[in-house]
Amino acid sequence: MNSLLSQDVPLSWYLLLSAVLFSLGIAGFLIKRNLITVFMSIELMLNAVNLSFVTFAHQWHEVKGQIFVFFVMMVAAAEAAVGLAIIIAVFRARATLAVDRIDLMKL
Amino acid sequence: MNAPLYLWLIPALPFAGFLINGLLGRRLPKWLVTTVALLAPLAAFGVVLNAALSLFGFGPAVSSLPYLETCPISWINVGTLHIDFSFVLDQLSLVMLLVVTGVGFLIHIYSVGYMAHEEGYWRYFSYLNLFLFFMTVLVLAGNALLMFIGWEGVGLASYLLIGFYFQKTSAADAGKKAFIVNRIGDFGFLIGMFLLLANFGTLTFSEIAEKLAANPGWQGGILTVIALCLLLGATGKSAQLPLYIWLPDAMEGPTPVSALIHAATMVTAGVYMIARTHVLFDHSPFALSVVAIVGAATALFAATIALVQNDIKRVLAYSTISQLGYMFLGCGVAAYSASIFHLMTHAFFKALLFLAAGSVIHAIGGEQDLRKMGGLWKKLPVTFAVTTVGVLAIAGFFPFAGFFSKDAILYAAYVQGTSGKVLWFVGLVTALLTSFYMFRLWYLAFLGKSRSENKPHHSTPWSMLVPLVILGLLSICGGWIGIGRFAAFLTPSVGARPITAEESAPLELIISLGAVGVALLGWWLADIFYRQKPERPAQRAADFPVAYRVLANKYYVDEFYGATIVKPLLFGSRYVLGGFVDTAVLGGAAWLLGGTAKFSGALLQRWQSGNLRSYAAWLAAGAAAVLLFVVVPWSTVLASLSAIHFGVAGH
Repeated sequence: MNSLLSQDVPLSWYLLLSAVLFSLGIAGFLIKRNLITVFMSIELMLNAVNLSFVTFAHQWHEVKGQIFVFFVMMVAAAEAAVGLAIIIAVFRARATLAVDRIDLMKL
Repeated sequence: MNAPLYLWLIPALPFAGFLINGLLGRRLPKWLVTTVALLAPLAAFGVVLNAALSLFGFGPAVSSLPYLETCPISWINVGTLHIDFSFVLDQLSLVMLLVVTGVGFLIHIYSVGYMAHEEGYWRYFSYLNLFLFFMTVLVLAGNALLMFIGWEGVGLASYLLIGFYFQKTSAADAGKKAFIVNRIGDFGFLIGMFLLLANFGTLTFSEIAEKLAANPGWQGGILTVIALCLLLGATGKSAQLPLYIWLPDAMEGPTPVSALIHAATMVTAGVYMIARTHVLFDHSPFALSVVAIVGAATALFAATIALVQNDIKRVLAYSTISQLGYMFLGCGVAAYSASIFHLMTHAFFKALLFLAAGSVIHAIGGEQDLRKMGGLWKKLPVTFAVTTVGVLAIAGFFPFAGFFSKDAILYAAYVQGTSGKVLWFVGLVTALLTSFYMFRLWYLAFLGKSRSENKPHHSTPWSMLVPLVILGLLSICGGWIGIGRFAAFLTPSVGARPITAEESAPLELIISLGAVGVALLGWWLADIFYRQKPERPAQRAADFPVAYRVLANKYYVDEFYGATIVKPLLFGSRYVLGGFVDTAVLGGAAWLLGGTAKFSGALLQRWQSGNLRSYAAWLAAGAAAVLLFVVVPWSTVLASLSAIHFGVAGH
């Protein structure tokens, strides 16, 4: 199965997909106004990186890449919990999730 | 083997008194304050007396003067410069110490009565003890730097006591004036010390004298400069021309203070300092003649002003300036022992006169105007008697103290050739004026009809009378020792006066007779003016309106200094330094610094927009930059770029 995959789909495609996903994440992160969408963009970037980890791990027959993915997923889960909690708190306080209006850190 | 004399106790005791009264006096009962304040100078006087007695063969013998006492811990020890806390007792400092602690103690007693009902009784006595501490340090100092400590310290004490009634603007101003004018003199003293260090490498008086003795040919030059700098210091402290202006204003202080500090002791520090450093002056004839001229000019100048003053204390203040001028005159003709002799007798009779004036002022409720006194002899008989003694003494009548010392100075001046004759003549005219204005004071205050609205109401307490009587006795017999024996005693300290060919016993007698003659003349004139024809002074004043106005306004010297020095200084401080330097330059610089920070902050602030997406954009841009840096093989790129560059250069 693994060898089949490696034969059918070249490595560069996976990497290209990862890069596209990552770029989409960045674009969403920069452009989107809704805090939840921004948050989802971050998740997207993380998963893009996960994809390249898995690809390389497969390529080099190394288990380290896989392990890293677990790490990332675990951190992402924690981050999602904290991040969502913050978003809820922000929404309660300001009654909005528009990123441009959440600017309390400005002097 | 010298028996220990415990010289350090002499300043230490008044200092202890100062600490006790200064720190705790507010809470101590009055009798305790008085006890402490009186015990301190009494004990110090006892130590001095013990030293004097052992010197004269009573008690533990001191084989030789000068007696040196050095603190085992060195004060300044830098390179070749060694300065110790060293006290020197020699004939000169012994005489001075006896005067300072003795007269000082009497004035302390007097103050107990005089200040009895004043606010800040404890404060007054702590200052007075502080003054004695610094004054004895000044007198005992074995080197110029330690003397300078005392010198500055007595200035501080003087400032504090002149401004004792600090709620009165005029008193506070007078204190500041005294301090500031003295600073000008101190500046000269400091420069003199620096020059001493540079040229002698030491500030110890004995070492300076040794170095000069080793080089008898060293005359004038830098020595003149040093001597003149020291003279500037002395003119400040001793209220000589041109720095005398602070002393008349210093009369704002309580009267015992005027007696102690501004008549008997502190103002004579300049004379003492010249006598102490006399070797320098001896090696500079020019500086000596400057001293003589300053002294003679001051003596005459101040005496003329004293003629027309109406404030009893101001008359005495100008009289003090004039008598200090005599002392300078004596120093200027190298008759240091005659100067110190006059210093001593002057301390007796001028302290007496001031204390008597204080007793008058005290008795008639603070009135100081001579025109509102008169006829007090009946009401204040003791004061009248001692004032008469004081007046006779200062006028120079035989056999009162002032006669001997003033005569010694006049004689020493007369035998110094032609210039000496001029100095003698100025001194003689001054003696005439002195006699006149002192008898004027005497007539106006004590004789004639009373012109006072308020009757004498205070009875004079014994604490004020006893010092008056003792000082009165001293004013009578203080000069009986005679200049001959006194000078012989002082010679090891200040050297003998050079003997000139003109001297002879008959001449000395003639000079004495001349001095007494002018004193009588002055009395006679005062008698005409103020007893026989009381309308005369007003007539004379009307005859010479300009002269009278000039004298009454003290030659407009204060106004002159005000216009030439104070005004420009104030203008400079207010507009140049304050308006331009402070506001424009310093303020501008501070504003510029602050403005720059604020401006750059405003620029950088835009970065911190608080906008999440802009942060994200910067983050992304940064990540992209790092990526670019890592991914692009820069070394290859650079190599190929330089190859292109060299390729072009090769063509």
